[in-house]
This record gives sequence, C-alpha cells and structure tokens, in this order.
Amino acid sequence: MEKIRVKGFGFAYQGGSVALENINLSVMRNEILGIMGPAQSGKSTLLRCLNRMVDALPGTSRKGSITLDGADIFSGEIDPDDLRRRVGMVFDVPVPLPRSIYENVAYGPKLHGVRGRKKLDELVEFGLRSAILWDEVKDRLGTSALRLSGGQQQRLCIARTLALDPEVILLDEPCSGLDPISTLKIEEALSELKSKYTIIIVTNNTKQAARVSDKAAYFLMGELVEYGRTKQIFTVPRDRRTDDYISGRFG
Amino acid sequence: MIRLDPALSQKLVRWVLVSLTALTVSILVFIITYVLLKGLPVLGWEFLSTGAVDAGRGGGIFPFIVSTVFITVVALAIATPLGVGTAIYLTEYTRETAATRVVRFAAECLAGIPSIILGLFGFITFVLFLKLGWSILSGGLTLAIMVLPTIIRTSEEAIIAVPQNRRDVSTSLGGTRWQTVTRVVLPGALPGIVTGIMLSVGRCIGETAAVIFTAGSALGTPTSIFASGRTLAVHFYILATETDAFGMAYGTAAALIIAILTINTLAYWMMHRIMRKYS
Ligand SMILES: Nc1ncnc2c1ncn2[C@@H]1O[C@H](COP(=O)(O)OP(=O)(O)O)[C@@H](O)[C@H]1O
Ligand SMILES: [Mg+2]
Repeated sequence: MEKIRVKGFGFAYQGGSVALENINLSVMRNEILGIMGPAQSGKSTLLRCLNRMVDALPGTSRKGSITLDGADIFSGEIDPDDLRRRVGMVFDVPVPLPRSIYENVAYGPKLHGVRGRKKLDELVEFGLRSAILWDEVKDRLGTSALRLSGGQQQRLCIARTLALDPEVILLDEPCSGLDPISTLKIEEALSELKSKYTIIIVTNNTKQAARVSDKAAYFLMGELVEYGRTKQIFTVPRDRRTDDYISGRFG
Repeated sequence: MIRLDPALSQKLVRWVLVSLTALTVSILVFIITYVLLKGLPVLGWEFLSTGAVDAGRGGGIFPFIVSTVFITVVALAIATPLGVGTAIYLTEYTRETAATRVVRFAAECLAGIPSIILGLFGFITFVLFLKLGWSILSGGLTLAIMVLPTIIRTSEEAIIAVPQNRRDVSTSLGGTRWQTVTRVVLPGALPGIVTGIMLSVGRCIGETAAVIFTAGSALGTPTSIFASGRTLAVHFYILATETDAFGMAYGTAAALIIAILTINTLAYWMMHRIMRKYS
C-alpha cells in the first residue's frame, strides 16, 4: 500500500534559489527508501518538506504535491504539528535535549498530552527497546542524556521519535558522525523497525543505502536522477550519472 | 623608527594588561574594605533590627531594609514578565523587521536615560498624575522602567544562544511554538535570564535618584505598597548630606555592600549549578 507520494514536487528557498525540481517518487508502507546524492543536492530539503519543517522559513515557494495516505500534507485539513507527530525526524547530528534520558524520550508524548507515570514509563521503554538502547541505559534513565556516547545519543534520538508511535520515520544522514559499530547498531534497529514503520533514510554512504534500503533514489543538484528498486539501481543503473556515483567515480 | 622585538613587545603588552587588571581589582578591594572597616563596628543585630531614632542619628535601619526589599520585589515582579516577554516576542515570534528594530532602539535609548530623569518622570507620572503618591509602588514602577532594558537585552542574548537544533527537535516532535519556547528555549536561557535579573536587583538596591523622587523618604516601616518608604541607598544619601551621623551612614553603606555582594555571589553560584547539572 502506498504511504507517501511525491508528485511533480518542486521547492525554492527565499530569493528563488531552487532546491528541488519536479520530484516524483512513492514509498510503500513498511518499505525503506534510501536517498543518496552529493552534498547540496536537496536531500535534506525533501525530508524537511515531508514533515513541513520548512514552514518556519520565510519566502519559500513550492510546486506539485506530497500526499500521506492519499491526503495532501500541505492542505488545510492537515495540522502541521499533528503531521510531525505522524512523520518523525532524526537529524544528522544527534541532538539530545539537556535533560535526563527518560525526559528526552518522554518529551514528545508529553507535548501531545500524555500524562501519567505508568503510560510514560511504557512509552519510554518501548522507544528505547525499539532503538536497541534499552539494555544499555535501563539502569540510569535519570542521568543526563548528554553523557551518552555519540552513537547512543543518536539511538536516543530515534527512541524519542518512536515514543510518539509515528507512521513514517525520516532520517537525515543519521550515521554521518558515527563509528562503524554504532552505525551497525543503528542499521540493525532500522531493519527491525521496518515491519512497523515506513522509513526514508538519507545517506552519504552508498554501501549503507545498498544494505538497508528496498528502494533507492539518487539526487543531484535538486534533480531526482534515478529512482527504483535498490537491487536494480546497484546492479543495472539506468542513468550514467548514477553509475558514476555508486561506483565512486563521482566528481 | 624604533622597532620593538616581538617577544619584548608581547611581554610589555602583557605587563600593561596585568597592571590594569590589578588596578581595577585593588580599587574594588579598597572601596569594599574601607566601607566595611568604617561600617562594621555599628553593624550589629540591634542596628539591623530596630528603627531609626532622631532621623537616623541613632537606632537602626530595619525599616529601610524592608523598604529596599519591598521596592526591589515590586520592580522585578513588573519588569521580569514584561522584559522576558518582550525578549521572547522579539526573538521567537517575529522576524527582524523595521518594527523590531524600533523596539530595540527604544530599549537602548531607555537604557541611556539618567536615573534622575527617570525619577522625575516617575514623580510626574506615578506620584502626581496617577495619584499613587510617594509609595513603594511608585518607586517600584520607576525602577521597573529603569531595569527593563537590561532584562530585555540579557534575556534576548540568552534566548538567541540556545542552539537552533534544539528548537528543531521540539518542532519535529510536533511541538507548537509556545511549547517549544516554554520547554526548550526558556530552560536553556534560564541562566542568562537569571543573571539579568540579579544584575537588575543590584541596580535597584543601589539606586538613589529614581526612588527618592518616587518612594519618598518616610522613616517608618512600610506596611503596604501604597505606603512611602526609604530605601537603604536613600537613607545613606540623606544621612551623609543632611546629618553628621557618618558612623551610621557607613553602617548603612556596609549593609548595602554586603547585600549586593551576597546577591552577586548567590547568582553566580546558582548559574553554575544550573549550567553544570546537565553537562
Ligand atoms: N535554510 C536554507 N535557506 C536557503 N537555502 C538553503 C537552505 N537550506 C538549504 N539550502 C540550499 O538548498 C540546496 C539543497 O540543500 P540541502 O537540501 O541541504 O542538500 P543536501 O541535504 O543534499 O546536502 C543547497 O543549495 C542549499 O544551499
Ligand atoms: Mg543534508
């Protein structure tokens, strides 16, 4: 079943600098889409459009549409704050809030009015278990999240997103600052999450895209150069530029 | 032209800076020691807990401590919500426009107005026009105006210093702007805001010109915000200019200095505790 459809989508920042042009793609439920591409090619911009984080910026313009379960996310029917609960986001640098581990994970549910220690305890445990962090932190939930290692912090950010029980998870180069073991743990978590969520992951690591994604997309300077099944893209890319990129001949 | 050897000029600069610093510190130490030496002998429990006798030539300063605390609390109870609210609005709710620049410029101008002029303004506006009379309230309102720019500026700086990505996290979890402000921005800015408040407390306690016109110089202990009251600084000023009770004046000055040093130390300690807690 189709979860997200991006149709003829274009986006420009203030002053008309075009970041995305005529993007067409769709993501099925319980599927992982891997987005690759060099810096400045509009990958983060697309993610920030998918949960309307771009709303806060002045002077932007867009074309085309993005639908979630068939409903246009930019239409008046969808409340942006509710959309962001349904479409969670994990940023490229882990951003733990200066609070305890527990309070970090409980932050989202509390925003949405979840009260009661028992309910929150459950959500915190659920989030931390799903992000494969529970065993490492269960005895020190009250300590500051800033004391965790970088890899743990990033999994905490994933846990914090999951505690809201979102439908879609957007990850923007979540492993860019992490060591290989932390990266592996995050990939492990992702493959388990797939059964429940729809995932879009931006990665600057083509091997990671090949490992974790079902579908892959290659962005270049705001253009979607190629999009298809990961296996196909990595074995028989249709576009010369994709071939160059994944075989490391880019630039 | 004489060319100095770089190593030598480095040394020279260092030496000059060190002496300037030493000079600054020694002036501070000198003033504090001088006032304390002169004032501490009278500064006993009796002095702190009784009222003035013979216009302050005898007795103590209890009513003036009460007035000082009262006026400062009133001033900050008014200035803090106004100033922090303005800072939140300027930083989180508007983009930089001509209007916000006007507000900032107005605050800067307000900061530059001599306190005696503010006193006169308070006298005309609160004491006479609003018929509040010489009172704790008139004094507190005037001091609130005086410290408002400080609170706005320090709060704004503290708010701007909160990393943007924390706001993004809160927004991305579905937080509204107000939720993000109250749960992420203000807690992060708290040490800076508290510093601004403490600075303001210090200025309120030490202010003379603005309060003598607005709170008056009654000798009694004020029992409501509509009563007149004499602050420690005003008492010191009157003792020093209108009486020959210099011992009492120094006692008052010592109490003032100790109060301000205590507040600053407390503020410093609190800030460090808040900042250390999660890092
Ligand atoms: N907040 C912004 N304001 C203006 N231009 C931006 C902003 N963010 C990104 N851009 C521009 O949009 C283009 C795409 O950037 P981005 O989506 O961050 O690419 P990527 O994530 O692929 O590196 C770049 O040219 C970048 O300079
Ligand atoms: Mg990016």
